[in-house]
Amino acid sequence: MEAYFNLFIKAAFVENLALMFFLGMCTFLAISKRVETAIGLGVAVVAVQAITVPANHLVSAYLLAPGALAWAGLPDVDLSFLGLVSYIGVIAALVQILEMALDRYVPKLYNALGIFLPLITVNCAILGGTLFMVERHYDFGESVVYGIGSGAGWAIALIAIAGIREKLRYSDVPNGLQGLGITFIIAGLMSLGFMGLSGIQL
Amino acid sequence: MSEIRKVLIDPLIDNNPITLQMLGICSALAVTTSLLPALLMCIALTSVTALSSAAISMIRHRIPNNIRIIVHMTIIASLVIMTDQLLRAYAFETSKQLSVFVGLIITNCIVLGRAEAFAMKNPVGLSFLDGLGNGLGYSLILISVATVRELFGAGTLFGYPIFELTRNGGWYPANGLMLLPPSAFFIIGLFIWVIRSWRSKQAEPADYQIHEVHRTDVY
Repeated sequence: MEAYFNLFIKAAFVENLALMFFLGMCTFLAISKRVETAIGLGVAVVAVQAITVPANHLVSAYLLAPGALAWAGLPDVDLSFLGLVSYIGVIAALVQILEMALDRYVPKLYNALGIFLPLITVNCAILGGTLFMVERHYDFGESVVYGIGSGAGWAIALIAIAGIREKLRYSDVPNGLQGLGITFIIAGLMSLGFMGLSGIQL
Repeated sequence: MSEIRKVLIDPLIDNNPITLQMLGICSALAVTTSLLPALLMCIALTSVTALSSAAISMIRHRIPNNIRIIVHMTIIASLVIMTDQLLRAYAFETSKQLSVFVGLIITNCIVLGRAEAFAMKNPVGLSFLDGLGNGLGYSLILISVATVRELFGAGTLFGYPIFELTRNGGWYPANGLMLLPPSAFFIIGLFIWVIRSWRSKQAEPADYQIHEVHRTDVY
């Protein structure tokens, strides 16, 4: 249990996907103007990440890894080169299913998330989480925790920068730095802050 | 002729994918700690963008509109897998440094963005050039950032010493911050500032303007 807790803290803070690995930057910069929308997108990312990372773990462990097809009597087959296509397919399909399920059973949440759900398919934080899971050989339990933790870390960073940018509207920024430029500088400062956490040994 | 020049040259500064269109930023930040991986990443991304734009443009009349994203994704993912395998075969050490970022070309918004915005509406040759131009615009930023970071962070370029480091008895104390994630944000932020001061029509208007009142005004 403690190992899982440590992995969660590590995934959410020490190895923050947005500020330490720069994943999901396009959405991070584009959708961080308002705190409300940032919270919506953050919740969606946590949900999708918590589902796709374990699902892709199953795909990788039982279909693609070297020797994974032993259960089908094919112990010598190595399909790991098909990884990228399969993972992105699984992500696209799951996002689509999640969208339909939400529309049917929780229309309120579906309306709140709106355009963000389909956008998540091309968010590199999602595919990045899966690829890190494969590269580090997490088992099923770990991949569930890693999915939730990394999604939560990304959401926290997004909501924090949205809060800063809302306040920033009223400040006097030099002309060329206005908008995208100053957002990069803020993200850099936040990244410095998160680096302070990297000294934590778990 | 002028059209060809336009699709090829425009994305370099005037319509740069990173600094203006805000696309493909993740890898621009992550692989720029030294020049060699950055260069490989540029070659990989430029070829994937150019080839996928050409391929998608070739079949653009046959793609049903409502499943076009999935078709694009499949084409892009296949090209990325090819690139990944080639890198592993011929540049294994550097491909280890690039880690997951070669795979993440699939979700790099430049590739899908150009497919959606340009290749679906234009002929094959022009789409290829557009992909090439945007790849080069991306490479321009990536290589400049990587040069700054490697030179000032480690005193080397492509691993060859340029500035003699103090720890080897030279004169240059290495700036460790340059090799850490935050510096990538700062450098790109400053780049954007420079480009937008030079091409001032790219500057964004302020969201909120304080109305200036002078005490000497007479109402």
